[in-house]
Amino acid sequence: MNFYGLIDGSEQSLKNFLKQLSGVDQVGADERAAMLATRSIKTTSKRWAIDTAISMVDLTTLEGADTAGKVQALCTKAVRPDPTDSSVPSVGAVCVYNDMVGIARKHLDLVGGHHVAVAAVSTAFPSGRASMKVKIQDTEDAILAGAAEIDMVIDRGAFLSGKFIEVFEEIVKIREVCGDRAHLKVILETGELVTYDNVRKASYLAMLAGADFIKTSTGKIAPAATPPVVLVMLEAVRDFYAMTNVRIGVKPAGGIRNTKDAIKQLVLVNEIAGPEWLKPSLFRIGASTLLNDLLMQRMKMDNGYYASPQYVTID
Amino acid sequence: MSSRIDVKKTYKLFINGAFLRTESGRTYQVKSAQGAFAANPCLASRKDLRDAVIAARAAHSGWSSATAYNRGQILYRIAEMLEGRRGQFLDEITLLTGVTASVAQKEVISAIDRLVWYAGWSDKISSLTGATNPVAGPFYNFTIPESLGVVAAIAPETPALLGFIDAIAPIITSGNVVVILASTKNPLPAMTFAEVLATSDLPAGVVNILTGKKDEIAPWMASHMDIDGLDISGLSPKSHAQIRVSGAENLKRIYSFKGADPARIVAFMEAKTVWHPIGL
Amino acid sequence: MTFEYAPAPESRAITSIKPVNGHFINGKFVAGTKWFPSINPATEEVLAKIALGNKADVDAAVNAARKAYVGTWSKMSGKERGKYLFRIARAMQERAREFAVLETLDNGKPIRESRDVDIPLAAAHFFYHAGWADKLEFAGLGTTTKPHGVAGQIIPWNFPLLMLAWKVAPAIATGNTVILKPAESTSLTALLFAQICQEAGLPAGVVNIVTGDGSTGALIVNHPGIDKIAFTGSTEVGKIIARAVAPTQKSLTLELGGKAANIVFDDAAIDETVEGIVNGIFFNQGHVCCAGSRLLLQEGIAEEVLTKLKVRMGKIRIGDPLDKNTDLGAINSKEQLLKIRDLSASGESEGAQRWSPPCEFPEKGFWFPPTIFTGVGQAHRIAREEIFGPVLSVMTFRTPQEGIEKANNTPFGLSAGVWSEKGSRILWASQRLRAGVIWANTFNKFDPASPFGGYKESGWGREGGRHGLSAYLKGVGHE
Repeated sequence: MNFYGLIDGSEQSLKNFLKQLSGVDQVGADERAAMLATRSIKTTSKRWAIDTAISMVDLTTLEGADTAGKVQALCTKAVRPDPTDSSVPSVGAVCVYNDMVGIARKHLDLVGGHHVAVAAVSTAFPSGRASMKVKIQDTEDAILAGAAEIDMVIDRGAFLSGKFIEVFEEIVKIREVCGDRAHLKVILETGELVTYDNVRKASYLAMLAGADFIKTSTGKIAPAATPPVVLVMLEAVRDFYAMTNVRIGVKPAGGIRNTKDAIKQLVLVNEIAGPEWLKPSLFRIGASTLLNDLLMQRMKMDNGYYASPQYVTID
Repeated sequence: MSSRIDVKKTYKLFINGAFLRTESGRTYQVKSAQGAFAANPCLASRKDLRDAVIAARAAHSGWSSATAYNRGQILYRIAEMLEGRRGQFLDEITLLTGVTASVAQKEVISAIDRLVWYAGWSDKISSLTGATNPVAGPFYNFTIPESLGVVAAIAPETPALLGFIDAIAPIITSGNVVVILASTKNPLPAMTFAEVLATSDLPAGVVNILTGKKDEIAPWMASHMDIDGLDISGLSPKSHAQIRVSGAENLKRIYSFKGADPARIVAFMEAKTVWHPIGL
Repeated sequence: MTFEYAPAPESRAITSIKPVNGHFINGKFVAGTKWFPSINPATEEVLAKIALGNKADVDAAVNAARKAYVGTWSKMSGKERGKYLFRIARAMQERAREFAVLETLDNGKPIRESRDVDIPLAAAHFFYHAGWADKLEFAGLGTTTKPHGVAGQIIPWNFPLLMLAWKVAPAIATGNTVILKPAESTSLTALLFAQICQEAGLPAGVVNIVTGDGSTGALIVNHPGIDKIAFTGSTEVGKIIARAVAPTQKSLTLELGGKAANIVFDDAAIDETVEGIVNGIFFNQGHVCCAGSRLLLQEGIAEEVLTKLKVRMGKIRIGDPLDKNTDLGAINSKEQLLKIRDLSASGESEGAQRWSPPCEFPEKGFWFPPTIFTGVGQAHRIAREEIFGPVLSVMTFRTPQEGIEKANNTPFGLSAGVWSEKGSRILWASQRLRAGVIWANTFNKFDPASPFGGYKESGWGREGGRHGLSAYLKGVGHE
């Protein structure tokens, strides 16, 4: 691998690369995100944003209590979020645990959702605390069961203790396992990295190691996909594109529960990374409850009156 | 009685730490209280002022960035040197003003004590006039006073020594540099004081002393674009308006004072406020 | 399809503008004799007719202020005075949206700024100073608790209500009474503020507002019944006022122009720096005395910063100031637009390279695109003169010392910016910059607790914080 020609894969070259990255001023980044949060998205642009957001949702269930029935219901909804309105697009993917991948794939195909991908969380999600052997097997398993997208977690312990090369080599390894068979999303778990400087470093580390997407969070740790964290990651993919001509995707996950939050994310994408990123192949939103709020807002816009949760499905 | 002939002093200007004659070659006569000839001090010209301002400006960066502790010690050193020469000032004051020795003594002692007082201010004024400001946001915000730069001053006619000290000490204790025109009628203590300065570790150019006529020098001080502040305590109130009008050309800070007052220090300082974010 | 933001205009229904407006003297609105129009610079629509204050008006206002000072205000305890300021602060918060819309209509600034900056800060200034009114004896060295008496205050058009608050709040908190003249092109929020004074029950004559132009201002400056003049505006006019006041016993504070350097060291946090540069020069259309109008880039980082800056400038949304998504509004007046055009033309003719992102402007109104000039030398007019518009002059430096020297190479000294991730370098630079406000890793931040004001030809005195109080109290030791 040539790592985009930016590093040679050695510990020293990785360290040097991460060291020369510009710092992030937390207050300034917060301010910029807060300013963009004041964007007022109305009428036609809101309608467009809602459909775009729906198509970007990675509809997610990651519970110990998940069952085949739960996952199948989720898949049905993913393909046709509003059973009464066929103009609503399908979501981007369904996101499940390893053992649910086969069930999800099978059910999606059954209900006409060949176009909806299954994403599997991997590498001993959410903690990442397992041997490399297990992590590789975890990934291999999911791909064989039909996962087209792998959402791996990084070893935050290694990152926080400065062992960047260990984190890097794990991602490289999983990238190799995925090969052309699956897209790789790398979960940084920004809530545990804490500082924006770390978020920026981890973003570059993951991109250099071969990530197709960088993802904020597991959803198990708060804070998760806060606007300034997403802003820092969007800056990273924008600048990485300027260096390599390759566009890496971004996936905020966790804490995006309503339409307003989702639209704020789209505004961030539009004004930080640029409109080129405003498509499901480069931006996803990991969520479960968000979808229903998007559907209700969509109803309100079409009908002109406020919607009720009675009219959207609870799956 | 001894028939020894006195060795008389030639009084010169004090510019950039050196004793110089006026470039104009002019002097004027100063007489004793009894009307006898006393000395021929320099009648400084506007070009002497110009040279003094250049010297002062060059000295500002070093003097203002010296630690306040260091400036305080140097002011105290000036007091030490003055203490050792009390007799000389006593003689000059009595000669020119005709006051009794005890009155002159009092002025010299006050001048020394005043220097000590201002020496102590150097590292206190920031604590008292600075501030940390609780702004509504994630910012550390503080205000500190800083020296203004080059300050010119007109010393009052009397008391010639104490008035002179009251003018220069508050200006320099905060890190300013000064160009001062001494008392016209009684310039001798000021010029002898230059000898004190010259032996007291004060960097060259921090205090520059001219002798001459107020009417001639003050307007040039007021209009000089590289003078930041002006103490006109020694000028007749009649001429204040005109000085302020010409000082407006570069918005000079122009003040007049009476006596010892920490406000004299604050007047020739600028408040600087610094903001910095507080974040991870 | 791309993500175009549909128009999101703030409604103007909340405001009601009287077609003809008089002065506010002695607690009442009084008719004027001559009038001039106040226009919306974004549409050139005439919003209202404003009274042109003459000698009789100023005399009446001074008499009212004197009477209020002697009879009421100077006798009232600080505690009670303060309560009026608290009331005013609350009333401004209650009617914040109305103030914001009116300010945007009259001034041309984006509603986002009037709503999020001007109006909340104006209310905060009253709230802050309210608390000082009964604590003046603790204000510290160099001031007494004695007010000057009657204060004449003249303010600019760039932050109409906020500048009013900067002037009126400390003046009346310390026990002065005031005659305030808003700028010719932006009187409306001052007149709405007069209504607030009425509603708050402020004793008649404590605050008087006389509208007008420069001739009205001159009447105030030269009025023998006024004890203190406070002016915010250009250095040119500031000097005229300083000369006019020189022969009198009036006290004077001045908040004047600037040509602030924004210094970027090669270890700066680049993305936030770019934001700071944009905020520094394009906030309020660059109509900011402390705008970061000279960008000084360390050479090793210059290209990267400029590339990112240009991309960022392309995202600036220009147009209807009432639209909640507008970032850059209208230039306040035709005169100002001509001045900006003239100085920009000089930049080109003197050989600097001009760049603006593609912009579409509304058909009517006064507009100027966000503009940068590269290849600017210290000797260019655009590096020395205050443009007071959205025009940035970019220069480079090699060493920190050179950066500071270039930054200080100006007769102005209002503000400066420093960008570096190294703490010791920030403090080193902050110490050496000859300016009254240093924004380190931020820019254009204001707070009533933070003193604001300039070195050198940027003015006399400070506004805000403990330091700002001394402008309205009689000094110790000075004549």
